[in-house]
Order: sequence, then structure tokens, then C-alpha cells
Amino acid sequence: MEGERRASQAPSSGLPAGGANGESPGGGAPFPGSSGSSALLQAEVLDLDEDEDDLEVFSKDASLMDMNSFSPMMPTSPLSMINQIKFEDEPDLKDLFITVDEPESHVTTIETFITYRIITKTSRGEFDSSEFEVRRRYQDFLWLKGKLEEAHPTLIIPPLPEKFIVKGMVERFNDDFIETRRKALHKFLNRIADHPTLTFNEDFKIFLTAQAWQGPGLLSRMGQTVRAVASSMRGVKNRPEEFMEMNNFIELFSQKINLIDKISQRIYKEEREYFDEMKEYGPIHILWSASEEDLVDTLKDVASCIDRCCKATEKRMSGLSEALLPVVHEYVLYSEMLMGVMKRRDQIQAELDSKVEVLTYKKADTDLLPEEIGKLEDKVECANNALKADWERWKQNMQNDIKLAFTDMAEENIHYYEQCLATWESFLTSQTNLHLEEASEDKP
Amino acid sequence: MEQAPPDPERQLQPAPLEPLGSPDAGLGAAVGKEAEGAGEESSGVDTKIEISVSEAEKRTGRNAMNMQETYTAYLIETRSVEHTDGQSVLTDSLWRRYSEFELLRSYLLVYYPHIVVPPLPEKRAEFVWHKLSADNMDPDFVERRRIGLENFLLRIASHPILCRDKIFYLFLTQEGNWKETVNETGFQLKADSRLKALNATFRVKNPDKRFTDLKHYSDELQSVISHLLRVRARVADRLYGVYKVHGNYGRVFSEWSAIEKEMGDGLQSAGHHMDVYASSIDDILEDEEHYADQLKEYLFYAEALRAVCRKHELMQYDLEMAAQDLASKKQQCEELVTGTVRTFSLKGMTTKLFGQETPEQREARIKVLEEQINEGEQQLKSKNLEGREFVKNAWADIERFKEQKNRDLKEALISYAVMQISMCKKGIQVWTNAKECFSKM
Repeated sequence: MEGERRASQAPSSGLPAGGANGESPGGGAPFPGSSGSSALLQAEVLDLDEDEDDLEVFSKDASLMDMNSFSPMMPTSPLSMINQIKFEDEPDLKDLFITVDEPESHVTTIETFITYRIITKTSRGEFDSSEFEVRRRYQDFLWLKGKLEEAHPTLIIPPLPEKFIVKGMVERFNDDFIETRRKALHKFLNRIADHPTLTFNEDFKIFLTAQAWQGPGLLSRMGQTVRAVASSMRGVKNRPEEFMEMNNFIELFSQKINLIDKISQRIYKEEREYFDEMKEYGPIHILWSASEEDLVDTLKDVASCIDRCCKATEKRMSGLSEALLPVVHEYVLYSEMLMGVMKRRDQIQAELDSKVEVLTYKKADTDLLPEEIGKLEDKVECANNALKADWERWKQNMQNDIKLAFTDMAEENIHYYEQCLATWESFLTSQTNLHLEEASEDKP
Repeated sequence: MEQAPPDPERQLQPAPLEPLGSPDAGLGAAVGKEAEGAGEESSGVDTKIEISVSEAEKRTGRNAMNMQETYTAYLIETRSVEHTDGQSVLTDSLWRRYSEFELLRSYLLVYYPHIVVPPLPEKRAEFVWHKLSADNMDPDFVERRRIGLENFLLRIASHPILCRDKIFYLFLTQEGNWKETVNETGFQLKADSRLKALNATFRVKNPDKRFTDLKHYSDELQSVISHLLRVRARVADRLYGVYKVHGNYGRVFSEWSAIEKEMGDGLQSAGHHMDVYASSIDDILEDEEHYADQLKEYLFYAEALRAVCRKHELMQYDLEMAAQDLASKKQQCEELVTGTVRTFSLKGMTTKLFGQETPEQREARIKVLEEQINEGEQQLKSKNLEGREFVKNAWADIERFKEQKNRDLKEALISYAVMQISMCKKGIQVWTNAKECFSKM
């Protein structure tokens, strides 16, 4: 269960909404294994990359659909869902597909909250059916996360989107916020589904399938208490070398990814302000053309070029906000997550160390100790191995995700500049042509 | 004049009065006859001359109030180019400061009111976006002003009429005492008072419609170019922000690459490209500033156009007043002659109160009036002629100006497109390089 899993370098689309899959799967290492079926799937994956329609349709909040029938809007083949879900394992092993959509507002006397619809499709035997639909709210996700952390303290649990973002938020439930959260929740569940160990977690199954859901309430608060204890500082004297390295990495990584998050957000903001100003720039030329008889065409053409560049900017912005920002932000949350994991590992080790101390120095009541220590040693070994394996997997995924996100960003920019270039070049050509026409009509 | 379709700038309107008289030639200035076509930099002599403002230098000196001041001086070099071998010889070189350029322009405005006199580059930096300093001593501003002053001189030198002006020639050649020479022409006295001009603008009854339309056009031009420059400055500001923030990626990628084994190289080199991207904006915006300067020239030209319109209004108003005056004198005369008093006059009142005047007295008055009427008629004729000459000459220059404007603005817009293209190409290059680095991570 906690053995090594081959990490694959499969393509991963950023997010549901038409993720820019600019890179072919051959971008990194070649596909591990090449059984007949996986090669076939790979080809179909590539086709679907180019088929915009599937992606578009699938990303819509299909809120008017009747879920009991397989409506045409809902892709029914697992293959079409592949592009929705982050690819972490070999395609032929995927048997659990989850989507999060349809946010709905619920108003009660005490509070207002949002629930999300979660649809699960699976071919696994342990599930009673092949399809499930449930509604869950953010608190429920918190509960699930808590349970997973409890059960696997040294595994890298995917991060949840923040409870709320204080900065710049007026209402708790504005549309952008909900959409961003929905996408992040979708990613959260799919990451769990793709995790070799977590995917078989019982609470995960309950979360996905239980219709009669009490609402975690008490339970979620309990999960938080467990975490609170785990995060209390305990000096770690005997942290093994590799975990020291890991810890250093995590600290530095956390710093850097936070900076990158800030930079990326800032770039988005600047681009938006640039766009706002550009919107005003084009029309002035039209205004001017009204008083210039001889320059009407030139001015109007300039105005239309500026407008087209404006649209290209908008597209670039939206590409940034879909491909880069969520990925970077997720890894910011991951870095916090990782620090928690390190602490929990340290704590497990600390338990062992303190018992060993008692045995070595105190000699009091030591009959049961060796047995206890033995158990704890096993526990530590398990925890360390779990973490080591998961760490490698996580790093591999991180590299892929970051690489893809930045490559997408570069793509967006290239595309933006190419569009603008074409616009201005065609303007120039039309002006030169006009000039040549006029010149040939003029007397020397 | 052509029968153009209705166009605010060219609509035909017959002048109200008959043409006569001589043009309002430059008073005391050495004005030659109009040259055919705008010969590039042609002087009164046949060899071509080249003018350049080649350097700018910070100087300190004492001003009129004996206080120390810092100012910038500009080196003006004049070369004559032989037709035959194209060799240029430096004939004159002297230093002038901005205030002397202003003096030259003020002089030209007085002596050539029918010409759209080229404007000076701005005295203080306006329409700046945040990174550019509004400081007059800032080297970039000084450099752009140097170019603007050179452009000003070239515009004058290529104007068929202005290029022959003696004061202009002396500006290029007479280092010391030039200011005194200009002042000796007494041009300040001949300048129309601002108040008089304003008065005329409000009271003139029949200005040539073309000038009225031209005034509207110049107002629109000024307003739209100001607006455009303002927005452009804001856009430049934002663009600067977008590029510069990317520079931060460079730094962070570099630091991050230290802890990454496989990704390290890719990150590091991608970071380098982000730095290149961030620093490329400086040159891009510097180029754009030159574009803005081209537009600014025409922004200031709007004022020059208005000056010509004002002169017309003044002359027209003068004419109307003279005609009015003449008409009233004629009427007075008539009344005296026929003995009927139709209009109220003080004389009439006093006559009623204090008794009729004697026939001799009346005769005397009639004689005086008849003399005045004669004089008035002569004056009116000459004013009329002046007015028509002015309109003719002014309109000729305005047509010349329009052609120049259309050419220049079109060229400017095209150069803007060229700049955008260059910016896009740079962008594509940088991001393609960055993408390659990312994909190698």
C-alpha cells in the first residue's frame, strides 16, 4: 500500500475550463509502460486535447440537467473526463471520476451557505453503484480533510482552498470567489482520487456516496483539534538527515512559492489595469477621425488595431487566471500542508524518543516499555516510509504542474504578441498599399 | 479655389467687401517674394543650408536680477552644402537658450500674422507618466527638447516665406547682440494687444466662415490630442508596471533554482529571460515618447492656427468699425445738408436748446465731415484690400499647413504601428526563449 509507485509524466490539464494543453505528453519523460491499451488511450487523449467542444461543454455549470438520465451534455465516457482531471497515474488504472459543480445557495434562519454537487462515476467493486450524486458544503470538505490527516498523518494530503480570502472581499459569496473555490474543490477531490493510498480511504468513500449526511458539525471540529495538537511545537533532536533536507526544501520552497504567488497576482492586477486604460485609448482615435477628413481611414484603422490588441490582452489575462494563478496558489497551500506533515512526522518520532528516554534513564515501570517502544518503532518506520514515498511522488507532480503552468503562461504571452503583431502588420501593409496607389497616381 | 463638397475647412464664402490695396507686408522685415513650393532648407542664396541643434549643455549664469540661475544652452550649427559635390561646410555655430527661441517666435508671430508659425517644444514636461520626471533638467527631457528645437528651426527653414526672414538668419548667425537687434525692430509695440483681440473675437459680425470653422477645428484638434496624450501616458504607465513586475520572477526563479535539482537550470535561465523582458520596456517607452512629441507638436500648432484666426477677426472687426464709422459720418453730413435731423445727436440737442447755428458754422462742419468721409473711404478701401490680401495669403498658408499636417500625422501613426510591431517581436522572442527553458525543466 505504501510501496513505491512509479511516477509518470503524463500531461495534466490545469483546470476544467478549457485548460491550455499546449504541450504534448512527450514534453517530459516518455510514458512508462506501453501496454496496448495505454497507448490507445494516449492517442485518444491527444485527440481530445484538440477537441475544444468537449472541454467547453464539460466546463459549463450544467445546472439545468437532469441527472438521472445520461444527458448528451454530460460526457459519459471516462475518456472525455480524462482532460478534466489531473493526470497523475497511468491512464489505464483510472477507475474513479469525480466532478464538482453546480454551486447552490441555501438560506436557513441561522445562516446562508453554499453547497456543491459532487458526481462520482466508478467501476470499482467496493462501491455499491457505478454512479453517485451528492451535495456537500465547504465544512464537509474540511471534515474529510481532517479525517484523512488523522488516518495518514505523514501522507501529503492535498490542500483545500482557503476558508475565505479577507483581502478585497466584500461579500462572502461573490461569483468569482465561488467559481474559484469550486475549481479548487474539484481539484482537491481528484487529487485524492489519484493518490495511490488515499483513494481507498473509507471516509473518502463515505464523503462521495453518503446521501444521509448529518453534516459534520462536531466531527469537523474534532478533526481540527487533532491538528491543533499535532502542530504544537516539540523539539526534534533526532530528525534523520533526509528529513532535515526535506524540511529545508520545504521552508525554502514555501518562501519562493509564496513570492511567486504574489508576483503572479500582481501581474494579473497590472494587466487588468492596462486593459482598462487601453479600452479608452482606441475610441479617442475614432473621435479624432470625425474632424480629420484626410486621415479618417488611417485613424479608424489604428483604433481597430488597438481594440483588437485590447481583446488579446483580455484573453491573456483570462489564460493567466485559469492556468497559472490557481496552480501557484494551490502550491502555496501545499507548502503549508507540507509543514504540517513534517510536524506530524516529527511528533510521531518524538513519541518514540521520549519513551526511549524513559527506558534509558528512568528505569521505573519499564516492563511494558519494550513492547510499547517496539510498536512505536514500527509506527515511526511506517510513517517515515510513507512520507518518503509520497514525497517523491509529490515532488514529481509539483515539477510537472509548475512546468506546465509556466509553459502555459509563456504560451499565452506568445500568442498574445503574435496576435498583436498580425494586427499591426496588416495595418502597415494596408497603409503601404494605399501609399503605393497614391504615389502611382501622383505626377512626379 | 476649388468647389469642394461641404467641408468645414474649405467652404467658399465670398468676402463682403471689394478687394483693393497692397498686402500687409512685413513691417521693416526683409521679406522676399514667395518661393515656389516648400524647398527644403533653402535660403535667399542658391546653396542649401543644413541646420542642426547638435548639443545641449547645462550652464549657470546671472539673470536680469543678478541672481544665479541654471539653464540649458543649445548649440546651433549651420552648414552650407554645395550642390555639386554634396560636401558640407560649417558656416556658423552658436549657443542659444530656450528664451531666445521664444523671442524669435514672438517676433515671427507679429511680423507674419498670416502664417501658421511653427510651435516651440513644450517649456515644461506635460502629459508625463510616472517614471518620466517632469524636471526640466532631466537629461531625457533635455534631449527631447533639443530634438524639438531642431525641428522648430527646420520647419522655419523649410517654409517658403519664413526662411527668408532676416531676423531668423541672424538668429542662426549673429551670436552677440541678436536680442538687441530683435528688440530694435520694435515688434513688441506692433503686437496686437490681447485685450483688443479678445474684444474683436466677441464683437465681429461677419468673419469669413472659413476662419470660424478653422477655429472650431483647432479647438477640436487641441482637445482630442490632449485627451489622447493623457490616455497614452496612463497606458504607458500600466504597461511599464506589467513588464517590470515580471522582473521579480527573475530574482525568485534564481533563488528557487538553488534548491531544485532537475528544475534548477530551466528555472535559472527562464529567470534570466524574465529579466530581459522586464528591462525591454525602457527602450520601448522611450521610443513612444518621440511619438508623443510628434503629436504634441500638432497640439501646439492648434494654437498657431487660432492666432491666424484671431488676426483675421481683428482685421475684420477693424474693417467693420471703420465702415460703421464712415456710414455714421455720411449720415451726419446728409442731415446737415438737408437740414433734417433724423438721428439724435448732442449737437442737435444743443441746437434746439441754444438756437440754430449760423449757416457759416454749418458749412464749416459739412466741409470737415466731407474731408473725413473722403479719408474714411480711402482708409476703408485700403483696409478692405488688406483684409482680402490677408485672407488670401493666410488661406494659402493654411492649405500648405494642412498638407503638411496630413503627411506628418499619417507618418506618425505609421511609426506608431512600427513601434508596436517591434515591441511584439521582442515579446515573442523573449517568451519563446522562456518557454523553451520552462519546457526543459
